[in-house]
Amino acid sequence: MERIRTLIDKEWAEAFKNKLVLGTVVALPLIFMLMPLFQLAVMRDVPASKMDSIPAGITALCQLQSFTPAECMQGFLVNEFLLLFLLIPLAVPVTIASYSIVGEKSTHSLEPLLATPTSTAEIIIGKGLASVIPAIGATWLAFVIFLIGARFFVVSDRVYALFMNPMWAVAMIIVAPLMTVLSVNVAIIISSRVNDPRAAEQIGMFVMLPILLLFLGSIFGLFSLTTTTMLLFSAATLVVDIGLAILGVQLFQRETILTRWK
Amino acid sequence: MIRTEGLSKVFKGDKKNAEIRAVERLDLEIKQGEVFGFLGPNGAGKTTTVRMLCSLIAPTTGRAWVNNYEVGQQNREIRASVGILTEQPGLYDRLSAEKNLTIYARLYGVADVPGQVEKYLRMLGLWERRKDPAGSFSKGMKQKLAIARAILHEPATLFLDEPTAGLDPEASKLVRDFIDELKTEGRTIFLCTHNLDEADRLCNRIGVFKQRLIQVDSPSRMKTAMFGRQVEFKIKPADLQLADLIKRFTFIKSAQIGENRLLLGLDNPEESNPLIVKALVEAGVDVQFVSEVRHSLEDVYLSLINHGNTR
Repeated sequence: MERIRTLIDKEWAEAFKNKLVLGTVVALPLIFMLMPLFQLAVMRDVPASKMDSIPAGITALCQLQSFTPAECMQGFLVNEFLLLFLLIPLAVPVTIASYSIVGEKSTHSLEPLLATPTSTAEIIIGKGLASVIPAIGATWLAFVIFLIGARFFVVSDRVYALFMNPMWAVAMIIVAPLMTVLSVNVAIIISSRVNDPRAAEQIGMFVMLPILLLFLGSIFGLFSLTTTTMLLFSAATLVVDIGLAILGVQLFQRETILTRWK
Repeated sequence: MIRTEGLSKVFKGDKKNAEIRAVERLDLEIKQGEVFGFLGPNGAGKTTTVRMLCSLIAPTTGRAWVNNYEVGQQNREIRASVGILTEQPGLYDRLSAEKNLTIYARLYGVADVPGQVEKYLRMLGLWERRKDPAGSFSKGMKQKLAIARAILHEPATLFLDEPTAGLDPEASKLVRDFIDELKTEGRTIFLCTHNLDEADRLCNRIGVFKQRLIQVDSPSRMKTAMFGRQVEFKIKPADLQLADLIKRFTFIKSAQIGENRLLLGLDNPEESNPLIVKALVEAGVDVQFVSEVRHSLEDVYLSLINHGNTR
């Protein structure tokens, strides 16, 4: 445990001295937290005529629950935008892990680290947790701040209840951590082939694609977000995580790093 | 202590790269407290050998023991008991010198982390700059910090890969003096270097290596074995036949006669020189200087690398 703690301490000391990494960790959650709050604020007074621009599926749901146009806009559209919170656990670890692994690769500091009695598992866990903890922390903090802020902008308790439902609990407690693991694994895999941390970060950002597709599918009414959808998404992410973790561990062997990594 | 038996490493080829036989059947025994110089050209397999001995990569065949732990079986124990200075310092540039060492002290499980960090920062003259980021250090200071990192946990065996490469003469001397100091502490030092003068000065024995071990011995014995001992007599020519005089001494193994110079191959110059000087003086020759010819390790090395056979 001491070695894992040391690695986390080292990763944070290095990462947070890097303005690009610090910027990503702070700015992304801030943007994704302010965006839905801003939407809540501007959708407080929505005329009935604007309801035409809402996808039919969502309008039907609103009519079913006899929501006013403002409630409908706030409750359902903003609800879809909350999916963007799930980009935080993807983007933050990719950035930290890219700089952590590719950075060490380019400064040749991986070999002395691999020469210590620290096991491969400890190195992966240490580096992984150093990326995962700030990401989960930032996601949860941003979501909690959103929930507090939303209290001031929602037009009714019925709308607020939509943000406090079990689906978002599943998203934050299960999906977000699984996303961070996915992101770290992707960063490790990319790091084995790339020598520039910025390139690794940019390639790593493709990991956000599934969430963006989920977001677009939901916005255009292709499917609706429910607790079941989230649980299914969690299960799929878990399977992908396991597959990528196996590949990541194979790539992160001492001999592979020293002789095969480009 | 380091021992290898038929240690080999083959990097398998793929579509783009051919198979590489980096190390072939290396048999070596290095005693505790010995400074062993591992010499060879670029690409000879020196770094691969060090990596195998530090349990960073696995041998393809053969066995090796470091500090009585077997490579491949007790890798963690080996890594805990050796220190390694890699070709590149590989420091965390954004972190201070003190933080760099503290991290490694904790990873190596050092009991008194602040104490050990202070000891080596002071010993290597970096204490005053301990709070400065390693990235702001000169090349020599970075190398010193990397050496401190390698020795922080008091390893029984130290692997140094090109410790003075790229350093200015002053920094090189400081590093060499430090290695000299480590010799007195009874540590085994495995020194990979291209600096033959450094190897000559620091090493008890050297191994000349190019994929396989060509020769192992002490630098002085290697030189003697290859060139013998030669003594140069600077003389003021006299009117006599030097060749006749030389023939009188059966212990002279070879002789080259120049205008003001006599170069003799001798087994035991300490005993032979007075006899020769006496004979020369009696023959009316003025002997101005007598000195033993010092062959450089470079001569030995180049000869072995270019024409040498496996020992």
